[in-house]
Amino acid sequence: MKTFPLGGVHPSDNKKWSNAKAIEVLELPDVVNIPLGQHIGAPATAKVAKGDKVLTGQLIAEATGFMSANIHSPISGTVTAVDMQPNGQGLRQMMITIKREGDEWMPEIDRSSDIKRECTLDSAAIIAKIKDAGIVGMGGATFPTHVKLSIPNGCKAEYLIINGVECEPYLTSDHRTMLERGEELLIGVEILKKALNVENAIIGIENNKPDAIAHLNKLIKEKQFAVKVEPLKVQYPQGGEKQLIAAVTGREVPPPPGLPIHVGAVVCNASTTVAIYEAVQKNKPLIERVVTITGKEMKEPRNLLTRMGTPISKLVEMGGGLPEGDVKVVNGGPMMGRAMVNLDSPVTKGCSGVTVFSGKESHRVDMECCIKCAKCVSACPMGLEPYLISKMSKKQMWESVEAERITDCIECGCCQYTCPAGLPLLDYIRLGKQTVMGIIRARAAANAPKK
Amino acid sequence: MANKFFVAPSPHVHSAQSTQSLMRDVLIALVPALAVSVWVYGLNVLLVTAVAVISCVLFEFLIQKYLIKGQSTIYNLSAVVTGVLLAFNVPSNIPLWIVVIGAAVAIGVAKMTFGGLGRNPFNPALVGRVFLLIAYPVQMTSFPQPTSNQFVDAFSGATPLAAVKANLVEVGDINLLNMLSGMMPGSLGEIASLALILGGLYMLWRKVITWHIPVAVLGSMALFAAVVAFMKGGGSLFYELPAFHLMAGGALLGAIFMATDYVTSPMTHKGMIIYGVGIGVITMIIRLWGAYPEGMSFAILLMNAVTPLINKYVKPKRFGLTSGK
Repeated sequence: MKTFPLGGVHPSDNKKWSNAKAIEVLELPDVVNIPLGQHIGAPATAKVAKGDKVLTGQLIAEATGFMSANIHSPISGTVTAVDMQPNGQGLRQMMITIKREGDEWMPEIDRSSDIKRECTLDSAAIIAKIKDAGIVGMGGATFPTHVKLSIPNGCKAEYLIINGVECEPYLTSDHRTMLERGEELLIGVEILKKALNVENAIIGIENNKPDAIAHLNKLIKEKQFAVKVEPLKVQYPQGGEKQLIAAVTGREVPPPPGLPIHVGAVVCNASTTVAIYEAVQKNKPLIERVVTITGKEMKEPRNLLTRMGTPISKLVEMGGGLPEGDVKVVNGGPMMGRAMVNLDSPVTKGCSGVTVFSGKESHRVDMECCIKCAKCVSACPMGLEPYLISKMSKKQMWESVEAERITDCIECGCCQYTCPAGLPLLDYIRLGKQTVMGIIRARAAANAPKK
Repeated sequence: MANKFFVAPSPHVHSAQSTQSLMRDVLIALVPALAVSVWVYGLNVLLVTAVAVISCVLFEFLIQKYLIKGQSTIYNLSAVVTGVLLAFNVPSNIPLWIVVIGAAVAIGVAKMTFGGLGRNPFNPALVGRVFLLIAYPVQMTSFPQPTSNQFVDAFSGATPLAAVKANLVEVGDINLLNMLSGMMPGSLGEIASLALILGGLYMLWRKVITWHIPVAVLGSMALFAAVVAFMKGGGSLFYELPAFHLMAGGALLGAIFMATDYVTSPMTHKGMIIYGVGIGVITMIIRLWGAYPEGMSFAILLMNAVTPLINKYVKPKRFGLTSGK
C-alpha cells in the first residue's frame, strides 16, 4: 500500500468517538460573527454596513484582489456591526456581525436535495463560479480554490488528487462527508477534471476508513465515474499536500517556491470538492460546513453541519459541554490545530473540527535534556534535522538555520510529537522559520531594482 | 463552570515514549543476557551488577546535587543503564572496589563532566571499562570458568578471542553452539549471544533503536572475517570465522547495546551506517592485528569521537530536492 517516502508518525487516531455519528444539522445560530480574513491572502472587503438587511447566501464581503476570497452571509437578518472582534486566540480581527431573522435564502440558490450530474460549463466558467462562491481549502489551509485551479503559464495539470486522507487524529468531518455525500463528491471531481482538463483523478484515502473506500468504489462502479480510489497506509502527515502527492504519484514537490503544479498535481480536499459541486451545480456559496466536535471526555462527540460564524461554544454545548477542570479546546485536530481561549469565536471556512482535551492531556509533557536519540530526524517528513534547527533557532543562528533548510518545514509537529525528552522543538522552529522568511523578504526587497 | 483553559502551540498530543520509558525498555532488553550470565557464572553476577548500578546512580545523584547543583536526574534511569552496561563489561569475579572505581570514572568523568545525559561525547560505560582495562589489566582479564559448564574446557580462563590470538586453539575447533548459548569465559554480560540478540529484537520491536547500527557493525565484521577466511583458503573457515567473530568477545553486546547509545551515535540513518561500518572494521583490525585480543570498546570510542563530524557532513535526504521536475 502506498504512502509518502520520508518520516511520519503514528499517533493513535481516536476517530472512534465520532466516526460512526451521522452528520446532523446544527440549529441556526441567533448571531453570527464573520471574520473578513478567514483564508490565506488578503482579507475580503466588507460590502455591507451596520443596519443592512441580508439574505442567506448573499455576498457580504468581496475578494480583495486575486489572492483572496468572497464571503457570504450564512443566515438572513440584519448587520449589527462591522467591527473588530476577538478571534479564538483573543486577537482582534475585523468581523461582520449579523443578527438572525428567519432563514430566507437568495432566490438563485437551489436548495433541493436533487443530485445534478450534468455540467455544461467550460473551464473558465467553472472557475469563475468557484471564485464567486468564495471556496477555499476546507482541510485547514484555506487556500483560495480558484487560485489553485488557475494553472500558471508553462505548467500542465496531469493529476487531480482529492484529499480524503484526514490524517489528523480525532477529526471525522471529511470521513462522514465521503460516506454521506459520496455522489456529490464524485460529481465534484468530474467538474474539477473539466476545469483543469485532466484525465487522472485519484481520491487518496487512508486505510483506517475502509467503509469510505468501499462506498466510493461502489458508487464509481454503479454510476460510472472515471475516478480512482487509492487506499493509503495510515501515517501522519499523509494529508499534507506534498506528502499526499508523493504518496499517490511518487513525485516530490520541490522546496519553496516550488508548487504542486510544478510536478503536475492539483490537490483538493474532499469536503471542498463537495462544496465545489454545490457552488457549480446548485449556485450555493460556501456558508456551511461539517465540523467534528470531539474529545475523549466529551459526552456527545458529533459531526455537525454548521453555518459559518456559529460560535464555537455552541458546538461545545452540543458535544455535551466542557469536562470539569483543566481543558484545552483546539480549533482543528491535535497535531496542527490551534488552542483557543475565546469560545465565542466563530466557526470559519477552515474549521474542520473542535477537539477538547482535559486533565493531564491538556498540559504539555515535562521537558528534559535532548538525548540525541534521532527520533525527530527519523520522523521528519521533509528530511530536516529538527533537533538541530530548533537549537540553532533558540540560539538565533539565522544564517545557519536558513542553510539547514528551515523554510522547508511544514510545521506538521511530528518532531515534537515523537521527542522523548518532551522538547518544544516546533516552537523554536516556527520562530526560526518566521524570522528567516522575514530575512529572505527583506533581502529580496533590498535586491530589487530601485525605481 | 470551573474550567482552567490551557493554550500552547501545536502539536497537542505526544507519543507515549519518554527518556525514562526508553531507558526502562533498554533495561528490560538486558534482562535475558543477565539471566544467562547468572546461570553460567552464579549469583556473583547479581552482586557485581548491583554494586555497579548503585554506585553509578549514587555518583550521578551526588554530582548533580553538590557539583552541578541541578535537579536530580536519576529518575530518567540512564545511570541505571550505564551501571548495568558497566557490569556487563567486567569479569564476574572482579573485586567489587574496582567496580566502584569504574562507576566513578563512567559517571564522574565520562558523563557528568560534560553536563550529564545528552552531552557526553563518549559512551560512559565504555570509558569506565577501558579505564579499568588499562588500570587493572590483570583483574580485568582473569575470567572465571562457567560453573555449569561440563562441555568445553579448552580455554582455561582465557576468552575464545584470547585463546585464538595466543594460538592456543584453532577457530575451527571451537564449539560454536556453546558460544551461542553463553558457555564460554568472558565478561559478565557479553557471553550470552542468543540472549543479547533477543534483547536487540525487543528494542527493535519497541522502537527503542533502529536496525542501522547493529546491522552495520555486525555486517561489516562478518564481511571482513569472510574476506580474511577467503584469503586463508576458505573451506569451512568461510562460515566459521564470521560466526566466531560475531559471537566472540563483545561483538553482540557492543553492536546492540553499546554502539546504539543515543547520545554518542550519529543522528541520520546514513550516518549510523558509516559509524557502524567504522566500528566493525576497526574492531576486526584490532582483533586480527592489534595488541589486544578484543577491540570492540576501542572501536566504539574511536567512532564516538567521529560522530560530531558525521553529524556535520552527513545530512538526511531532503524532501523534494533531487526529483523536482
